[in-house]
Amino acid sequence: MKVGFFVPCYIDALHPQAAISSYQLLKRFPELDVEFIERAACCALPLTDMGYHKKACTLERNLVPLLAPYDAIVLPSGVCTDQFRGHFDSVEQTDEVKHIREHTYDIVEFLHDVLKVKSLPWHPKFPARVALHNGCHSLRYLMMARPTELMIPHFDKAADLLGMVEGCEVGYATRRDECCGFGGTFAIWDAPCAGQQGLDKVSDYARNGFKHVVSQDFSCLMHQSGVARKNGLDLKFYYIAEILNGDAQP
Amino acid sequence: MSQVNQVKNGARFIKDIPHRESHDRCLWNARMRRDQTAQAIPEWEEMRDLASQIKEHTLSHLDHYLEEFEKNATANGIHIHWAETPEEHNEIIYQLLKQHNVTTATTGKSMTMDECDLRGYVEKRGMYIHEADLGECIQQLDNQMPDHIVVPAIHKLRQDVATLFAKKLGSDPDITDPHYLNGVMRAYMRKKYEKIEAGLCGVNFAIAETGGICVCSNEGDVDISQVVPPLLIASMGIEKVIPTLQGVALYVRLLSRSALGLDITQYTTHIHHPQPGQEMHIVILDNGRSKRLGSPDYWQVLKCIRCGACMNTCPVFRRTSGLSYEAVYMGPIGCVLMPSYDLHRYARLPYSCTHCGSCGDVCPVKVPIPELIFYWRGVDVDKHQSEKVHDAEETAAELMLRSSKTLAMGENMALWGLRNLPQWLLDSGLNPWADVHANPEPPKETFREYYRRNYKKIEFMNKTTDLHGFLSLNL
Repeated sequence: MKVGFFVPCYIDALHPQAAISSYQLLKRFPELDVEFIERAACCALPLTDMGYHKKACTLERNLVPLLAPYDAIVLPSGVCTDQFRGHFDSVEQTDEVKHIREHTYDIVEFLHDVLKVKSLPWHPKFPARVALHNGCHSLRYLMMARPTELMIPHFDKAADLLGMVEGCEVGYATRRDECCGFGGTFAIWDAPCAGQQGLDKVSDYARNGFKHVVSQDFSCLMHQSGVARKNGLDLKFYYIAEILNGDAQP
Repeated sequence: MSQVNQVKNGARFIKDIPHRESHDRCLWNARMRRDQTAQAIPEWEEMRDLASQIKEHTLSHLDHYLEEFEKNATANGIHIHWAETPEEHNEIIYQLLKQHNVTTATTGKSMTMDECDLRGYVEKRGMYIHEADLGECIQQLDNQMPDHIVVPAIHKLRQDVATLFAKKLGSDPDITDPHYLNGVMRAYMRKKYEKIEAGLCGVNFAIAETGGICVCSNEGDVDISQVVPPLLIASMGIEKVIPTLQGVALYVRLLSRSALGLDITQYTTHIHHPQPGQEMHIVILDNGRSKRLGSPDYWQVLKCIRCGACMNTCPVFRRTSGLSYEAVYMGPIGCVLMPSYDLHRYARLPYSCTHCGSCGDVCPVKVPIPELIFYWRGVDVDKHQSEKVHDAEETAAELMLRSSKTLAMGENMALWGLRNLPQWLLDSGLNPWADVHANPEPPKETFREYYRRNYKKIEFMNKTTDLHGFLSLNL
């Protein structure tokens, strides 16, 4: 299977370790021919988010020829995955575009649903209790876990994968799937509310005795870690692949 | 009217810690109770699907069901009036009150009357309408808009109510016991009820096949307003009609569970005829609804049954208060409803949202609020009502984000700044991120740089070696 590895801009610049761990993790599977899509830029989420659909269109059009050749496009980010799957609609919906939208996966989905990973033979260890933060897009738009609003059977794909890591004990904040307030441009435009939501979220971890927070959306964690450090809370934040690939230690 | 700045209003409420914490806690608890009661019903998600489908069906045949409702209600002895605008709605009710020489009336919560500002309209003409619902009454006494469509005074603490009642009703300002305060209000309202000449109410469901209405409430005030006075006027939007009486059962099961986590409202009243000796009128309001119905992007908003579940779950609403929206409909549904009333005044509301999607998942009739938020942001941009700064920001963003080269350049500039600029500058007002966040610690290299250093050469070598092998074999 020819896999295109797409690296979101914020991960490239601010937390490249998330991409490094994800890339190395994908390279472990001999059945995959993994290629970093080096020429791909932004998924247009910030523009769609702002209502700039016409400008989003330019960005989307630039991406189509770069993404279309792959059997699957894998991203280390739930929110950008949702942008492709759910909102890549400023551009004309050609067969190529439809192919891209139907074959874009967050790495957690890709491991869980496509590769159907049942164990991690490289034996990663993370002997600690971790709070799992399912980012809103991963949770409610990509349905990687059961949102508490929906009365459907429980499942949590990220927790399933973390369960294969030796010593890793998964827990949740009390308000386990309340939004932490990142919301992309929201965190800048409505900083007072985003800051309060973030503070409520990181305080929730701290109250529950967590020292480690893991998520499949580093965008949320970028916000949460900034708020935690600003408020002097001792919490460490990890992108899920860092733990799955055995790169992070508590 | 000037544009509502929800962010600024909300920031004030956020700073008011006791009120904000209480607001957040009370409404989050309502959401938790909603989860519990919904969890107890195995067919909950099927009920949401069905409720959404019935609404979609009804809205697709709205003319038919409204005419059926009018025919059957008229046969039941109820007078039906049609109002296209708030002015028409208010004038119809004002004239009815005038014909009956009414000077005081009571009303049990009606959203359409709030939407039309009926109270203001008749007050200017020398009549007074008392809000009979406790929360609404508190807000009326305080001369403030409701904070929430279901629990209008939820932003107030007990002490606020005690102080207000002491000032307006002469009660003891130091007693904050809810039973006492409730008693004060009850005594006050009873006196009003003795004198009322007309009762007003809203409508939760209008039943086409029977020509009757169903009203759900918790305090009994609506029932008094409906039964006691010789004149009853109900007001409803055109979208309130549903085809059958059987359908009411489904919505009643969903409504109160979604709103407050209660199995059912305390009072679920069906009115199919005026009381003996009473005159009953129903005013059916359009106020932009038929226009919304005609929009393929937007008509689903008319499914809303006004339960307020989206407000309870909204992380922004709970922390910034409903008052910060300065609107009749606040919270998530307000963000997608208010711009259709006044696109200039409410242009910024759709941005008061983190896109967490929770409102869509709690909505008992599946109004796609998150999608509608995107829709309205697009409309806002198309109408060029965005602030110029944002235009400039987004153009700059597009130029930077359009190719991997410009993107890498932008990223490197930001990283250079993080690595080299003095801390005081990074934490200054020039960097909006630093308001509530510590700045990120810049990594040594970006992923692209890492990839080029570690993989690119090797991958290229491998490919060329393969080529050599391939060529040599063929030779």
